[in-house]
Amino acid sequence: MEKQWEEMSSDEKQEALFAKWMSPEGVQFKSPEAEKAYKERATRIKDALQLKKKPDRVPVFLIPSFAPAFYSGLTPREVMYDYEKANTAWRKFYLDIQPDAHFGCVAPGPGKVFDILDLKLYKWPGHGVPNNTTYQAIEGEYMMADEYDALIQDPTHFFNTVYLPRIFGKLEAFKQLPNLTTYVEIYGTGITFFPYGLPDVQAAFKALLEAGSESLKWMGYFGAFMKEMPELGFPAGQVGYTKAPFDILADTLRGTKGIMMDMYRQPNKLIEAMDAMLPFWTQKGIIEAKMGGCPIIFIPLHKGADGFMSDEQYKKFYWPYLKKIIQGMVDEGVFPFIWAEGGYNSRLEIIRDLPKGKTAWLFDIVDIAKAKKALDGIACVAGTMPTDLLAVGTTQQAIDHAKRCIDVAGKGGGYIMSNGAFFDEVKWDNLKAMVETVKKYGVYK
Amino acid sequence: MAKDLVNTLADLKEQEVLKIVKDRLSAGEDPFKIMGDARKGMEIVGKRFADSEYFIPDLVYSGEILKAVTEIVKPKLTTTMESKKLGKIVFGTVAGDIHDIGKDIVVFMLDVNGFEVHDLGVDVPVQKFVDKIKETGAPIVGLSGFLALAFDSMKETVEAIKAAGLRDKVKVMIGGGQITDEIKNYTGADAYGKDAMTGVTLAKKWAGVG
Repeated sequence: MEKQWEEMSSDEKQEALFAKWMSPEGVQFKSPEAEKAYKERATRIKDALQLKKKPDRVPVFLIPSFAPAFYSGLTPREVMYDYEKANTAWRKFYLDIQPDAHFGCVAPGPGKVFDILDLKLYKWPGHGVPNNTTYQAIEGEYMMADEYDALIQDPTHFFNTVYLPRIFGKLEAFKQLPNLTTYVEIYGTGITFFPYGLPDVQAAFKALLEAGSESLKWMGYFGAFMKEMPELGFPAGQVGYTKAPFDILADTLRGTKGIMMDMYRQPNKLIEAMDAMLPFWTQKGIIEAKMGGCPIIFIPLHKGADGFMSDEQYKKFYWPYLKKIIQGMVDEGVFPFIWAEGGYNSRLEIIRDLPKGKTAWLFDIVDIAKAKKALDGIACVAGTMPTDLLAVGTTQQAIDHAKRCIDVAGKGGGYIMSNGAFFDEVKWDNLKAMVETVKKYGVYK
Repeated sequence: MAKDLVNTLADLKEQEVLKIVKDRLSAGEDPFKIMGDARKGMEIVGKRFADSEYFIPDLVYSGEILKAVTEIVKPKLTTTMESKKLGKIVFGTVAGDIHDIGKDIVVFMLDVNGFEVHDLGVDVPVQKFVDKIKETGAPIVGLSGFLALAFDSMKETVEAIKAAGLRDKVKVMIGGGQITDEIKNYTGADAYGKDAMTGVTLAKKWAGVG
């Protein structure tokens, strides 16, 4: 009899999730060739990730931002609002260039939902920035310096009644919502529930219901894409994401400046808040891996990059809590795919403190030889095709860079070739040359 | 005890700095002297940043302390402070890009190092750069950008400066997360700075003071 999930070791859980991904449920391959390609690609990626076996060749990932839209001659605005167009463009991008995995088509997001809820946190094409550019976050303090206690004591209530009303214009009335954790018996029922009767609260709920319907419509397209790509022979390279606790607070709650003040003025509160976020964001990764039938979960890293803090500050504020999220997910069979955006040369020694063969690190700007040396036998290394070579370099420069990465980081396996940063419009010939180079030059003999 | 304020600020001891400033003001000291010491403290901060002893959080925090000092001292200043500036610089994040953290840090460092910086903000249209260069006669231009689309905006800005007949009158530096020598060549800029201090070094060199 098969073991129950609760009885499995973390290694067994990881293998069980990988097994689901290798033979995806409900997928009808379009052809025997597609099925063969799927198995080959998934095996190649799994071997590179786990460090147990040298793959047949170096796997190659392309993880785009709005690149597929530009590739099809569409604007970011069009693919944010026309889900069918987005699906077609993303599918064409992967089918034409043929990397080893697809990364969904979630990036464009449902534009209408942002309109319905009046999202204040970003400018997006046609809404603050031109149609041909990508969405961009607006730096700000969406949580104030004196609100740490409220967040720490009850994160969910804080998000529902403080954070969400600030970032969504249409949910402003939610600041009047009661804390339902204090409702248990008949006494006080009317007092607890009357806010739901207020006209502005009801209007906010109407907007939320409308946003829900639109999101569901979008999910239909997204779900179809996630099912179709495996059928065409492309495994999903990840099925969800979580964040480093420091970035959760730094990116959109306290903002870059706010968090830097907190590191000095209230370091203990900042640490308590990161601990308060941990269970939610660990669980998010685990749930998404199980739902997606794939153990690979992204963790894009932002404000722990080189220069953004000292190594001492990194060891105090960043790494311990990131490590807790990684470990919490690894214990449940998840394979964290950590994307260090920006420079990471100074952190290589620190991040070696990890369970072996349980993580992958995608680097943007790093000395690839040093990264390989530091993580050899510890973690799969990925990267580092830079945006400048893809966007303005010659094709030969892209080929040379790819070859060097394969020579240095590909040695003995445990390496995935990938772009280093999210990319938009680039020279498509360079991108194709990068993939072709890996396929020819990256074969293990 | 002028040395105290300089070093206390350089060591980023916010509460102590504010106390020293208040004490010295109540003792009737010349507010200009206090601001002068604060500026010396900031110079040490800049040097520590250049030496990789300080990082961005420390730099940003020092800026906050300086702001708090200025707020206390300002009401006591009877005339505006006239300090000799090293030169004028027009700065901004290029069209289509709204990222400001990197730009703000460079602008702050240039200001602390004695330049008169005209910060045009983010998503700055090409023409606005040209107009500001004409208006101020600034010999140095800084273009910031985080997104890959900024490569083209930077290129267009440099071309517009050229079309306006100003290219040989200004030096252009660029910077941002994905900016490299390749991008410098692509945009036609004169140099790129990989961090704020490189920007300051470039500006000093171009102003003939470095």
